[in-house]
Amino acid sequence: MKIVVDFDLCESNAICMQIAPDLFEVRDDDFLYVLNEEPGEDRREALEECVQRCPKQAISIAE
Amino acid sequence: MRAALPEAGHLHRGVSRRSITIVGASLAGLRAAESLRRQEFDGPITLIGDETHAPYDRPPLSKQFLAGEWDRDRLALTKPEKLSEFDLEFRLGTRATGFDLSTRRLSLSDGDDLEVDGLLIATGARCRTLPGTDGMEGVFVLRSIDDAEAMRAAFDAAPSRVVVVGAGFIGAEVAATARQRGLEVTLIEALPQPLGRVLGDEMGAVCADVHRDHGIDLRVGVGVDAVEAGRDGRVERVRLSDGSVVEAEVVVVGIGVIPNTEWLEGSGLEIDNGVVCDATCLAAPGVTAAGDVARWPNQRFDEIMRVEHWDNAVEQGGHAAMRLLQDDDEARPFTPVPWFWSDQYDRKIQLAGRIRPDDEMQIVTGSVDERRFAALYGRAGRLVGVLGFNRPRHVMQYKTLIQEGSSYADALAAEI
Repeated sequence: MKIVVDFDLCESNAICMQIAPDLFEVRDDDFLYVLNEEPGEDRREALEECVQRCPKQAISIAE
Repeated sequence: MRAALPEAGHLHRGVSRRSITIVGASLAGLRAAESLRRQEFDGPITLIGDETHAPYDRPPLSKQFLAGEWDRDRLALTKPEKLSEFDLEFRLGTRATGFDLSTRRLSLSDGDDLEVDGLLIATGARCRTLPGTDGMEGVFVLRSIDDAEAMRAAFDAAPSRVVVVGAGFIGAEVAATARQRGLEVTLIEALPQPLGRVLGDEMGAVCADVHRDHGIDLRVGVGVDAVEAGRDGRVERVRLSDGSVVEAEVVVVGIGVIPNTEWLEGSGLEIDNGVVCDATCLAAPGVTAAGDVARWPNQRFDEIMRVEHWDNAVEQGGHAAMRLLQDDDEARPFTPVPWFWSDQYDRKIQLAGRIRPDDEMQIVTGSVDERRFAALYGRAGRLVGVLGFNRPRHVMQYKTLIQEGSSYADALAAEI
């Protein structure tokens, strides 16, 4: 499972960071950083919630 | 005790359903349907939507779409190929016209009458309008893609002035986009400060300054007495309660919304400023509601809420969908910390929690002068809200503290 972020769409709303702080971090420069691009299957549910709740629909999962 | 309850998102089979019908095919309805499929509900799911368009995302309507940067194709909530994987039956261009709880029959505008098993109500809300403006050319509201397209065409025609009535979030975003397109804008707000009722007057004043800095003619503390058209039926001017008159070729009305519940009158469901639900989003056995139309007691804030935010539609859609598959024992209360964002000019405003104008408030990072800050709101010793201007990281981290039930003092002292 690989996390794909479309950084042209991302506006750093940081919802993903709240849901999965182990995977995403918005830093003081207001940019989003993916902390672990290939998390284990145990994070799929959290990641799917990030995909659904990203206001910019900037996150997707590559299998 | 809470730990003993099933976690969100796990498979529930307390109640076995033959089928689920979702009335409302926008954000809450679609995300509800997708949640059901993700949780491996494999019965028929039907979505009934009054608009003819496939589900689309509304927030960009007042921004990228109105600015002319995005077209319709970019607004799809779920890409068509992904949508077909979910195997949902869409009945678009069809309105629900009635429901009878005792027989579980749902009537539709095309004359059809269905018996439903699980029913999820997500019919959203519609814009309030100003009296006397129905059918007046040049007067717009913004809710649907068709509204946005009409408004965009009006902006394309380079009107001499756009008057926006209501400086809430929609009005503020439309005003910002109109300015970005080089149009002259008058923004009219009945309250002493824009968003004063939401953010308090001090933060409302910051929003007012942002508008004025961008060349908006902002008039606060005045109401609209009349919107007047010329002989050709086109809008010409707006008369304000202070006696002044503003000439306008385009008028945008952003004065709030009304939940779409008329079709449920006499249904046997309780309707009171929305569909009244219990703490788990259940309105009646086998009937739930989500999104702008749902009113439920949020136990976290000990308050009955109806929340019109994008994120709530997503989260509550999922919760209300799962609730249809749960028996009363396994159902969990829906206790979100409401959150929304508004993009205006180059500012991202975010608010999490439930604040009131008389809450305590303190800025914890940044400053009003740089228009980049986070402010905390406290009530009765508890952290109840965080407001951010271009501070997304802080807002989310304080939102987590709200979720954890932090005291106001601890939150002020927290190193974030």
